[in-house]
Amino acid sequence: MSKAMEPDLQSPLGRTSGQAGKEWSHPSDHWLRGFVIDNRAALGTLGVFIFMMAVFIIANPTVFTTWYLYSSVLTTLPVALFVVVPLVFVVTCDEIDLSFPATMGFASWVFALVVQAGYDPFLGIAAALVTGTLLGFLVGSLVVYGGLSSLIATLGMNFLLRGLIQIINEGRSMALTGLADSSAYKIFSSQLWGIPVQVFWAIAFVVFSALLYNRHRFGAQVRAVGDNPDSAKQMGIDVKRVKVKVFVFTGIGAAIAGTFSVMINFTWWPTAGDGYLLPVLASVFVGGTPTWGGIGTVVGGAIGAVTVSFIQTGVVAAGLSGFYVQFFNGLIIILSLLGHKWNQARYR
Amino acid sequence: MGERIIELRDIKKSYGQVYALGGVNLSVDRGEVVGLIGDNGAGKSTLIKILSGVVKPTSGEILVRGKPVSGWSAARSRDAGIETVFQDRALAVQQTIVRNIFMGRELTSWMGWLKVNKEIEEASRLMREIGFTSKVFTPHSIVGQLSGGERQGVAIARAIYKQAELIILDEPTTALSLTETAKVFHFVRQVRASGRSILFIGHNIHHVFDIADRFVVLDRGKVALTADRSQIKSAEDLINFMEDVAHPGGLPGLHEAGEAEQGAR
Repeated sequence: MSKAMEPDLQSPLGRTSGQAGKEWSHPSDHWLRGFVIDNRAALGTLGVFIFMMAVFIIANPTVFTTWYLYSSVLTTLPVALFVVVPLVFVVTCDEIDLSFPATMGFASWVFALVVQAGYDPFLGIAAALVTGTLLGFLVGSLVVYGGLSSLIATLGMNFLLRGLIQIINEGRSMALTGLADSSAYKIFSSQLWGIPVQVFWAIAFVVFSALLYNRHRFGAQVRAVGDNPDSAKQMGIDVKRVKVKVFVFTGIGAAIAGTFSVMINFTWWPTAGDGYLLPVLASVFVGGTPTWGGIGTVVGGAIGAVTVSFIQTGVVAAGLSGFYVQFFNGLIIILSLLGHKWNQARYR
Repeated sequence: MGERIIELRDIKKSYGQVYALGGVNLSVDRGEVVGLIGDNGAGKSTLIKILSGVVKPTSGEILVRGKPVSGWSAARSRDAGIETVFQDRALAVQQTIVRNIFMGRELTSWMGWLKVNKEIEEASRLMREIGFTSKVFTPHSIVGQLSGGERQGVAIARAIYKQAELIILDEPTTALSLTETAKVFHFVRQVRASGRSILFIGHNIHHVFDIADRFVVLDRGKVALTADRSQIKSAEDLINFMEDVAHPGGLPGLHEAGEAEQGAR
């Protein structure tokens, strides 16, 4: 799976074109070396993942041949990917967004309301996306134009939005049994060749976002703003606008993630999205996006999400009790942070 | 003598009661390097801000290619082909050279997708034009890996993009070692050779003396001296002159300083 997400996304095209002129080429500037240097954070994360899986397989070689193990990971992992990837943009912008779990809950609530009222699920998806966009815009504006610390303001918004959901629903969940017959379910949540179809949507989302990050004006400006907002401003980039946009992107990603989680379970809970906060944040940093802004890796973040979601399954599958899960979570996070510190230098 | 790119006539700028500039005349011709020297507080930065359109003069006239301009602004300044490389260079050091050159004006095709090859081609052309050729660095190199002089080169390359005709370099060699300064001079000479003009601002007289074709000494908001390279024999002459201007009569004293200040008004 990680192979599929690993196309030559970050290595610049020009290296192969040879148009750059003789002066620029370096004898040791081999394409493979360039690829490794450009993707070293993502490759480092891949290394951590492979190492972790090797440990689990050595502990219990038989269990990893059972298919059900992967299928349970593949049901929940795509949901996480839809928020991990936009968060890479947010962290690159030198901000943080802790409000996405509530946005997931809120947008999927709107989706559930529309579906329960008897409308087509596609309309519900559209309504959820609009909700996510608006909430992202609200959170982003609060942080950027309100001049608030994104760490605290988004934490506050997370509580606030979740509180609203709780007040109105008073703990009641919604069962959406009618979803199973809808065409939306077939497109977004059924199985293809025995694999949950949302996996393919998530991969497409990761590839699209990686291109957005590395090959689009938006990604270029996000990196410039996170690197040096004063320089970006001097060069004519609307820094505030770019920052609001990354929060909107997170809102949209959270809406997609929330909708997928409802479609997978046929049920909306008032707590929908809550459990994703810490694993998603861990995935971003395990993935090799540093906290200081300016650089990051979407593909690395995706591999980080794969790593984090395999920890729990892996620990249990390797024959350890569930009490070991948290310990391994922590171990993986610390080990990958140490690895990335050694792997990437911070330039000033 | 080439075409006159820009001319300032009797530019005054006051902040409240305080005159930052008290009637400055300054012109830059095509293909020349003008060295602007002055002590701290002489009005250099105000002058740069006026040239780049960030600050509007209180009174005076600005002529672009001989024609008076009304409503001078940052946009007008850019349209006139004036680009400023500020002291902090405004670089994003964790990004590549290409990304820095095209920061804020990315070359894009349909829907905002980057024209990666075109950007690399253009960046290489710009870097070649200013004589930034290296066996170690490519347009993909991270700016943070470059030395101070090389970073200045990236900033200059960025400034000459979009047919800039006059590049204002604000203290480009401050805090640079000798070899790094030499690199910056190399870039500056290449830019001049390409027919562009440079306004080189500095307070290290030796640096300015080595590179400029013409010198303008600014002192307390007024032009104290305008001289061609041929009129000045050595940097020491310039230093002596500066000292005379700063301390007329040889000895610094409260009395003279007060008089000079009155003169400036």
